[in-house]
Amino acid sequence: MEDRRTPLARARGLGSARDGLHHWWVQRLTAVALIPLVAWFAVSLVMLSGADHMAVRAWIGSPVVMVLLILTIVIGLHHGQLGMQVVIEDYVHGDGWKLALIVAIRFIAFFFGLAAVVAILRIGFGG
Amino acid sequence: MAEFTLPANSKIGVGETYKAPAGAKNIRTFKIYRWTPDDGKNPSIDTYEVDLDTCGPMVLDALIKIKNEIDSSLTFRRSCREGVCGSCAMNIDGTNTLACTKFMSEVKGDIKIYPLPHMPVVRDLVPDLTVPYAQLASIEPWLKSTSQPPTRERLQSHDERARLDGLWECILCFCCSTSCPSYWWSGERYLGPAVLLQAYRWLADSRDEAKGERLDQLEDPFRLYRCHTIMNCTKTCPKGLNPAKAIAEIKKMMVERTI
Repeated sequence: MEDRRTPLARARGLGSARDGLHHWWVQRLTAVALIPLVAWFAVSLVMLSGADHMAVRAWIGSPVVMVLLILTIVIGLHHGQLGMQVVIEDYVHGDGWKLALIVAIRFIAFFFGLAAVVAILRIGFGG
Repeated sequence: MAEFTLPANSKIGVGETYKAPAGAKNIRTFKIYRWTPDDGKNPSIDTYEVDLDTCGPMVLDALIKIKNEIDSSLTFRRSCREGVCGSCAMNIDGTNTLACTKFMSEVKGDIKIYPLPHMPVVRDLVPDLTVPYAQLASIEPWLKSTSQPPTRERLQSHDERARLDGLWECILCFCCSTSCPSYWWSGERYLGPAVLLQAYRWLADSRDEAKGERLDQLEDPFRLYRCHTIMNCTKTCPKGLNPAKAIAEIKKMMVERTI
């Protein structure tokens, strides 16, 4: 399509979204939160190496571990979802594809987040 | 959209070679991007051998010598020849800079010169900067005040004036914006480092009364937040300014007004 808009019309586009701070800020907050959480998770995995199934279930079932594990997974998936959205916005410019991918990322993150929480709660509360 | 190969009509071929005159001893080879809208051909790289014994030390000196003595069709912008007008911004030896302040002695081997990256080309080394200029206009880069105008100058303290240092020196050559991958991918929606540095120049000005509206206009996932701190802007700035820091300061202001 021929573009006969003035340069200023092109530069202004649809105007400011007056949004973006929240996305940026939450991405940074989740990044900071993940520093200790991922360190704790990595150390825990090393400590659990060689442990049998029952021992790992017992570890997951302890209240502190349940809370930290849910935090790690939910915050990690939220952080990943925010980051993937930025990558998609950067590199995918076909409007249909962009929208579809952003929606897919959201759904996938929500699905796996909820699945992980349910799994942890079931182990913790002896389902 | 991210582009990883050149479009078919932008693929670069081999062009003419212009040998140095016989007897020239101090020869430097220039490989220069050539394209004209007039002949329907793809761009090419022309090779010019320049006798440095009869040439000034700057890349711009050699370009002017080529245009005057070797090939008058070579097209480029230049004006002040001392780094204050920003006209001769181009990609020299892989880095965006000003031809007038770049010493030939800083470049090893052949001196390769291209127009500023990822802009439409008008001809040879002249890029079409229509969109960045319009983006500059869109941030309304002038003092805004609704108070009764004073009968004399608008006063600032020394500290308030000092906050504009590192900002007012920008000459709008757009070396930074055209070095930014995020600007390459989203150039119509991301304002780019040059325009954001100008936006911050007015946000940082104690005399300006429109900070809130300026921040409202900037708060946008594309206009401001396409900056991913790649830092090419700061690395390439021929004036030694720090557009990445200016952008970070805008982001800090956005947070500051919510907490």
